[in-house]
Amino acid sequence: MAFDVNAGFLFVLAGIIVAFVLTQSFFFLSKAWRRARELGLEVPVLRRVVTSSAVFTIAPAIAIILGVITLSQFLGLPLPWLRLSVLGALTYELPAATSAAASLGTSISEGVTDPRVYSTIAWVMTLGILSGILIITLFLEKIQGGIIALKKRDTKWGEIFITAIFLGMVSAFLGMIFADIRIGIEGWIPVFIMLVSAALMIVCGVLIKVFKLKWLQDYALPISMLGAMAMSIPLTRLLG
Amino acid sequence: MKNTNYNQKIHRWGRTWCGVAIVMFVLFPLAVSIYYDAWPALGPLLAGLLGVAPIFWTVGAIEAFTFAPMLGSGGSYLGFVTGNLTNLKVPCAVNAMEGAGVKPGTEEGEVVSTIAIAVSSILTTLIILLGIVLLSQLRPVLESELLAPAFANILPALFGALAVVFIAKSWKIALPPLVFMLTLFIAVPALSSAVSVLVPVGALIALGAARIMYKKGLLAD
Repeated sequence: MAFDVNAGFLFVLAGIIVAFVLTQSFFFLSKAWRRARELGLEVPVLRRVVTSSAVFTIAPAIAIILGVITLSQFLGLPLPWLRLSVLGALTYELPAATSAAASLGTSISEGVTDPRVYSTIAWVMTLGILSGILIITLFLEKIQGGIIALKKRDTKWGEIFITAIFLGMVSAFLGMIFADIRIGIEGWIPVFIMLVSAALMIVCGVLIKVFKLKWLQDYALPISMLGAMAMSIPLTRLLG
Repeated sequence: MKNTNYNQKIHRWGRTWCGVAIVMFVLFPLAVSIYYDAWPALGPLLAGLLGVAPIFWTVGAIEAFTFAPMLGSGGSYLGFVTGNLTNLKVPCAVNAMEGAGVKPGTEEGEVVSTIAIAVSSILTTLIILLGIVLLSQLRPVLESELLAPAFANILPALFGALAVVFIAKSWKIALPPLVFMLTLFIAVPALSSAVSVLVPVGALIALGAARIMYKKGLLAD
C-alpha cells in the first residue's frame, strides 16, 4: 500500500483522539463550573476566569501552530496536529522525532515515505513522554493527599510550599533568559524583552490600582506578553 | 461532606479519563502499525526511545510532582493530558487564580485552575485546528521574517510579566533560586536546553530557603 503522511486514515485517527481530549476538557469544565457555583463563586468571577484564560491562550497557541508547521514538513499534518494538541510540547516532539529518525538512519529534512519509519517515529513520540500522565493517573490522589495533610498540619507553610515551587519554576525560566548574555548585545535581547514585559505589567498594575481600571486585571498578562512580543521585532532589528 | 464527595469524584473521573486517554494515545501508532502492516523493528525503536525517554520520562515525573500541587486535581488530570504545561497551562492557571483572588491548594483554587486549564485546552485545540484548516493562508504570515523574533521570544515575554507579579509578592522566597539560576545559566549557557530538568532544582532551593526563613520567623507577613 502506498504510504502518504497526509492520508485520510491518519487524519481520522488523529481527529478521533483530539475529539476525545476536547470532550474531556468540556467534561472537567462543566464539573468544575458546577462545583465553583456550589462553593459560592459568582458567575461574573467565573466568566472573568474564562475570558482571561482565553485571551492569555491565544499567543502561545499560535506559536504551537508554528510547531505543527515545522514538524509537518517531515511528518505530514495528522501526527504533528495530534502530538501538539495533546500531551506534548514542541520542546519534546522535535527531539523525539529527530531521535527516532536518526535511529533509522534518516533525517528530518525530508518527508517520510516509508510506513515503517513513520510508525517507528509515532511509537517513539508516544512512548517517550508517557511518564507524566502515568504518574498523574496512578498517583495524583496520593500526591494531593500529601499536600492536604501538609496544609492541615500547618496552613501557612502549606501555602508557602506551593508558592516556593512556583517561584522555583519561574526562577529557572528567568535564569534561562540570561543564558546567552555573554555572546554580546544580541544575547541580551531576551533580557530586554523580559524587562519590557515586566515594565508593561507594572504599568498595568498602576492603571488598575491608581485609576481603578479593574477590567484591566484580566488582560494585564496577555497585554504585557503581546506588547513585549511586539517590541521584540524592532529590538531584534536594532540589536540583532 | 460535599467537599469530600467532589474530591473523591474528581479522582475517579480523572483516573478514568486519563486511563482511556493513555489507551487512545497508544492507539495512534498501534493503528498505523496494523493498518499499514508496518511494525517498527525493535532495535531502531529502542534506539529512538533511548534518545528521548531517559530525559523526558524524568522531566514528566518531575513535572507531575512539581505542578500537581499548583494545578490541583482536576487541573492536573486535564493539564497532563493536553500538554504544553510550562509555556501555557501552568501560567494560565496561576494567572486565573491570582485574578479570581483564590489561592492554589484551596478548593476554590482547584476549581478556578480546572476552569482555566479547560478553557485554555479547548481554545488551543480549536486554534490549532483552525491553523491546520487555514494552513496555506496562515503559513506565509506565521513564518514571515518580520514575526520570527516575536515567536522566538514568547518565553521571555511571558515570564517577565509573571515574575514581576509573583516575585514582588514573595521576593524573599524568590531571591535564592533566582540568584542560583542566573549564576548557573550565565556560567553554563548550554543548560538552557535542559531548563525543564532545572525546574525542580529551583523548586528545591526555594523550598529549602523558604523553610529556613519560615522557621526563623522571616516570612510572617
